[in-house]
Amino acid sequence: MHESMLVFRKRRYLWVALTMSFVAIAAYWLHDPQEPPNGGTALGYTLGTVATLLIVWLAWFGVRKRRYSSTLGSVQGWLSAHVYFGIALVLIALLHSGFQFGINVHTLAFVLMMLVVLSGLYGVYVYLKIPQRVSENRKGTSRAELVSQLEDIDSRSQRVAQGLSDEFQELTASAASRTQLGGSLWSRLSGRDESQVVIKADGQTGVVPNPGQEAVLDWLADQQSRSSDAEVAAAIGELSALTRNKRRLLRQMKEDIRLQATLEAWLYLHVPLTAALLVALVTHIVTVFLYW
Amino acid sequence: MIYDVVIVGGGPAGLSAAAHAAQTGMSHVLLEATGAHANTIQRYQKGKHVMAEPAVVPLRSELEFTAGTREAVLGAWQLGIEKHSIDVRYGGEVTAIRGARANFEVTLSDGETLRAGSVVLAIGLQGNPRKLGVSGEDAPIVQYSLDDPDEYQDETIVIVGAGDAAIENAVALARNNKVVIVNRRDEFARAKDANLALISRAIDDGTINCFYKTNVESVDSTESNIVLNTETGQTRLQCQRIIARLGAIPPRRFVEACGVEFPSDDLTTLPELSGHYESNVAGLYIIGALAGYPLIKQAMNQGYEVIEYIAGNDIVPADHGILEQKFQGLPFGLDVDQTLSLLRDRVPLFADINGLVLRELVLASELKTPQPGDVIFQKNDYTNSFLSIVEGEVDVEIEGGKSIRLNQGQFFGEMSLLSGRRRSATVRAAGACVLLESPRREVIKLMNTYEQVRLVIDEHFIARTLRAGLVPDAPFKELQAIAGTTELIAYKADEILFNEGDEADGLHLIRSGSISVSRRIGGRDIVTSYVAAGNYVGEMGLIGQSTRSATVKATVATESIFLRADVFLQMLERNEGLRERVQETVRERLSENLRMEAQPESGDLISFLMQQGLGEATDVLLIDEALCVGCDNCEKACAATHGGTSRLDRAAGPSYAEIHVPTSCRHCEDPHCMKDCPPDAIRRAPNGEVYIEDSCIGCGNCGRNCPYGVIQMAGEKEKASNLFNWIMTGRGAEPGERKALASAGSLKKAVKCDMCKDLSGGPACVRACPTGAAIRMSPAEFVNLTKEAS
Ligand SMILES: Cc1cc2nc3c(=O)[nH]c(=O)nc-3n(C[C@H](O)[C@H](O)[C@H](O)COP(=O)(O)OP(=O)(O)OC[C@H]3O[C@@H](n4cnc5c(N)ncnc54)[C@H](O)[C@@H]3O)c2cc1C
Ligand code: HEM
Ligand code: HEM
Ligand code: SF4
Ligand code: SF4
Repeated sequence: MHESMLVFRKRRYLWVALTMSFVAIAAYWLHDPQEPPNGGTALGYTLGTVATLLIVWLAWFGVRKRRYSSTLGSVQGWLSAHVYFGIALVLIALLHSGFQFGINVHTLAFVLMMLVVLSGLYGVYVYLKIPQRVSENRKGTSRAELVSQLEDIDSRSQRVAQGLSDEFQELTASAASRTQLGGSLWSRLSGRDESQVVIKADGQTGVVPNPGQEAVLDWLADQQSRSSDAEVAAAIGELSALTRNKRRLLRQMKEDIRLQATLEAWLYLHVPLTAALLVALVTHIVTVFLYW
Repeated sequence: MIYDVVIVGGGPAGLSAAAHAAQTGMSHVLLEATGAHANTIQRYQKGKHVMAEPAVVPLRSELEFTAGTREAVLGAWQLGIEKHSIDVRYGGEVTAIRGARANFEVTLSDGETLRAGSVVLAIGLQGNPRKLGVSGEDAPIVQYSLDDPDEYQDETIVIVGAGDAAIENAVALARNNKVVIVNRRDEFARAKDANLALISRAIDDGTINCFYKTNVESVDSTESNIVLNTETGQTRLQCQRIIARLGAIPPRRFVEACGVEFPSDDLTTLPELSGHYESNVAGLYIIGALAGYPLIKQAMNQGYEVIEYIAGNDIVPADHGILEQKFQGLPFGLDVDQTLSLLRDRVPLFADINGLVLRELVLASELKTPQPGDVIFQKNDYTNSFLSIVEGEVDVEIEGGKSIRLNQGQFFGEMSLLSGRRRSATVRAAGACVLLESPRREVIKLMNTYEQVRLVIDEHFIARTLRAGLVPDAPFKELQAIAGTTELIAYKADEILFNEGDEADGLHLIRSGSISVSRRIGGRDIVTSYVAAGNYVGEMGLIGQSTRSATVKATVATESIFLRADVFLQMLERNEGLRERVQETVRERLSENLRMEAQPESGDLISFLMQQGLGEATDVLLIDEALCVGCDNCEKACAATHGGTSRLDRAAGPSYAEIHVPTSCRHCEDPHCMKDCPPDAIRRAPNGEVYIEDSCIGCGNCGRNCPYGVIQMAGEKEKASNLFNWIMTGRGAEPGERKALASAGSLKKAVKCDMCKDLSGGPACVRACPTGAAIRMSPAEFVNLTKEAS
């Protein structure tokens, strides 16, 4: 019932892809052209056509995925076939070219195709590995709940700070409003924590980076060591405890954001490369017909 | 003076009656408790689109009413009041009605008494807000409703109450105000889970201050403060505003005080009325929502009709034509009234029900004339209508190719009606027949109103369940006798039917809901199975040892038919083959237990799913977190195929052991959402889909009644963009993402998952999931979740 795209329907598309590959190899083996094997022989043209049809079909997946009322198979089935046919494509394109590479648009098409395939392979790897880690990291808590826990800690901190001097209130308020995770794809992927905080030190106020709430924790530790009033020290202790909780929560959220970004990022290669491949391929086909 | 007619309540029903009275020159007065006409409609959300359902019924009133905004509808009525010179008395709250025809005394809250020949009671069902009941309850700083929380800023506001309304108001007001909430008890037990979470959080983090176990002592308006009796003594709070949300007092008590009788104590029961809307008090007429007609157009039509009846004109009701049409193809050749009395004569179940109630039942029902051999319903269909045989015979196909014949006057379909489960057998017409097919809601209403109807249907249900589950060959008389010895027991969610080690005193046939079976192993409870309605539990203790071998708990509200041990043992002796059948069940269950005990995590997962209320689900969307990549293609598919609004929220909801329960309809066996839908727009399709029809009027009741928060009120969205435009030019929205039309803000209807019943190929969410993470299943399949994984 819930099987991954690789084992979809007893791997039926793996078998189709294997058969396809086997037929291509057999043909290559049996085919005995006058010239060395290349894209210009009868078999070359045939394999080239098959490869092109495959590429068009593979790229069409982006369209099928968004045809939500289509009843032509399920998207999971399409993806299962996409993966296996995409890999078989490498072999077919190789046989088509007769292993003749040079520095030309033909080889460019091939290289782009390989990049698409490799990014796709990476995508499958990511799709199979990461979800489990997302789930482990979230521990059954949804993202919205994590955010609300964070808000909760912030508002508690601000309430504790109300019993302390203005500096503390400014600190907790700015630490809350300047907490920043995510943002650009890059900072999501690298799991950067771009939080900041406004801190008063030596009579000067300045915005300092606050990754992992470290700046806040340091400042609080410093204040605590200086305070002589037991009640104030206890309140600062409570603030530190809350901030450590926040640090733990931020770490969890950062990881969540990072993992989610990893699941998406490769598509930013896969899809534009597909577009480039289609352009190069058209050029390849047009040129061979113009110059041959 | 003595008015010809005094009309109580200025809603659509009362207004329409008053307009017709004015038009025909009757001396009249319309008494409206509040300061403006149609208080119920005044209280709709600003700009709400008021719908004119049912579309097939024509409007018959002096006043105008077409679908439109709340403001337009109210405005048209205001004009009507002026045009027809209706004599309205605002602030005229009626506190008592005494007397009978030609001699009524109607007392107002200011003590004035009016005299009338006839009285029309049209006070609706909304009831009056329950007041604080202390001195100062009517002080200017006290209010009993809240329209727009954003109206108030920087005030100190005391909210009294612990229900959903109180919580929602408190949370909304706390954004810009200092809010104190006063709760009589030590917890918010009456609130929905989502609201409970909201208020707990707000109290924890200090945004709202809560006084538990606290009563209001008094309100002092001049000093702007409220005195509270807390557990530790009295306190006085300074505040600018007090909002009491203590629910409404249903009008029933008042109506009874006027001398009107109700057929049963059940609170959903309606007063008995004649075909002319006259109650048992001669000259006292009841119309509108109070009479059981929950839509504006119906209420207005009755307003017109009741004045005609008072004037002595026996006109046919506006929906007469609909009945005429319904009866057209029937082989009886009788007129509407004759056909109605024929139905009553032929079907004993209807013998004692009130004429108006029967008429309503028939209006909501369908008359079917199947040919010999036609299938009436299929086994395993999810339909839940109730069928009465007006003429002819039908065959109920039971196990082993046998069938049972039912004839004129009998009924069938009560099994699915009561259990919410699939049809348990196929039924075919044995000859040409005439059947009356009634929707579930109407039959439940009938059962709640007439004890006799409930008893007869219950008895048949029990006897037929015994036959289906235990003794297929027993004659019906014997079954009826056994049914007489059984007891129908209702359990709340999480209530225990029996504990491991208890004495085995009988067998439970689960009639509705479901139960979980657990055993104590190594010091902890391990769930070993889930048993759905239509099956029995407790057999092990009866044929083997004499104590219970497991604990059985209701997963949701559950009803069980309890069969005493001695009766069951007698049955065992008298019925050949029964012992073998029961032993077979025991064997199957024992081996299932062994399997489950070997993998306790499987039982834990089932308990988790049951805690999410999935024990009453028929088909639920689950997400396998080990496969889900978070692409939200499921949501996009749902939105793209359903007018731009996704009916599921994938990311929301809890997870356990890599199984995630997103916020999405689970198509409950006994859908809570159906309970209070004025146009009866929520239906169940043969495959089990619970869906909402176009006749929805957008009142939002279903959303409030669904415990799982899966119903949204949605307006129309802009047109879907073109995929290629989006790819090539990046213009427009990605398919599956459509913005709300600005102009559609007010025309909102309830939307929820319909399991894509109108699409070929099945649910779009599942078909669109690239990784196979989105799965749909029924609770019976939950055990497989871990079987596969391990
Ligand atoms: C949110 C919401 C949306 C709805 N949308 C629609 C819709 O789009 N289309 C539709 O057809 N139906 C809709 N309905 C249902 C519709 O409002 C009711 O069916 C209709 O109002 C019933 O009319 P009525 O005259 O019987 O009672 P009401 O409209 O309830 O009128 C009763 C009147 O009596 C007054 N009253 C009460 N007690 C006393 C007393 N003791 N003395 C004097 N006066 C008294 C009240 O103040 C009130 O003005 C909706 C209901 C709700 C709650
Ligand atoms: C209708 C489809 C195609 C046709 C008609 C076609 C035709 C040809 C021809 C005639 C050649 C020989 C050119 C030469 O020897 O210089 C060739 C070579 C080649 N083709 Fe294709 N081709 C097609 C599709 C493809 C596809 C899909 C790919 C892979 C992305 C591809 C990659 C190559 C490569 C790498 C070579 C070798 C270039 C070289 O010799 O330097 N072709 N093709
Ligand atoms: C030349 C070959 C290929 C082309 C042209 C191609 C093209 C595409 C396109 C257009 C999409 C849709 C992306 C989107 O719209 O979101 C896609 C998705 C994908 N492709 Fe490929 N692909 C190719 C080969 C492969 C291979 C070989 C693999 C794996 C081994 C692969 C794995 C995937 C995966 C996992 C997705 C994501 C599915 C999803 O999230 O919906 N692709 N590909
Ligand atoms: S909308 Fe809610 S109550 Fe109705 S069937 Fe779905 S989950 Fe059950
Ligand atoms: S479907 Fe919901 S919103 Fe629509 S009329 Fe019924 S109860 Fe009201």
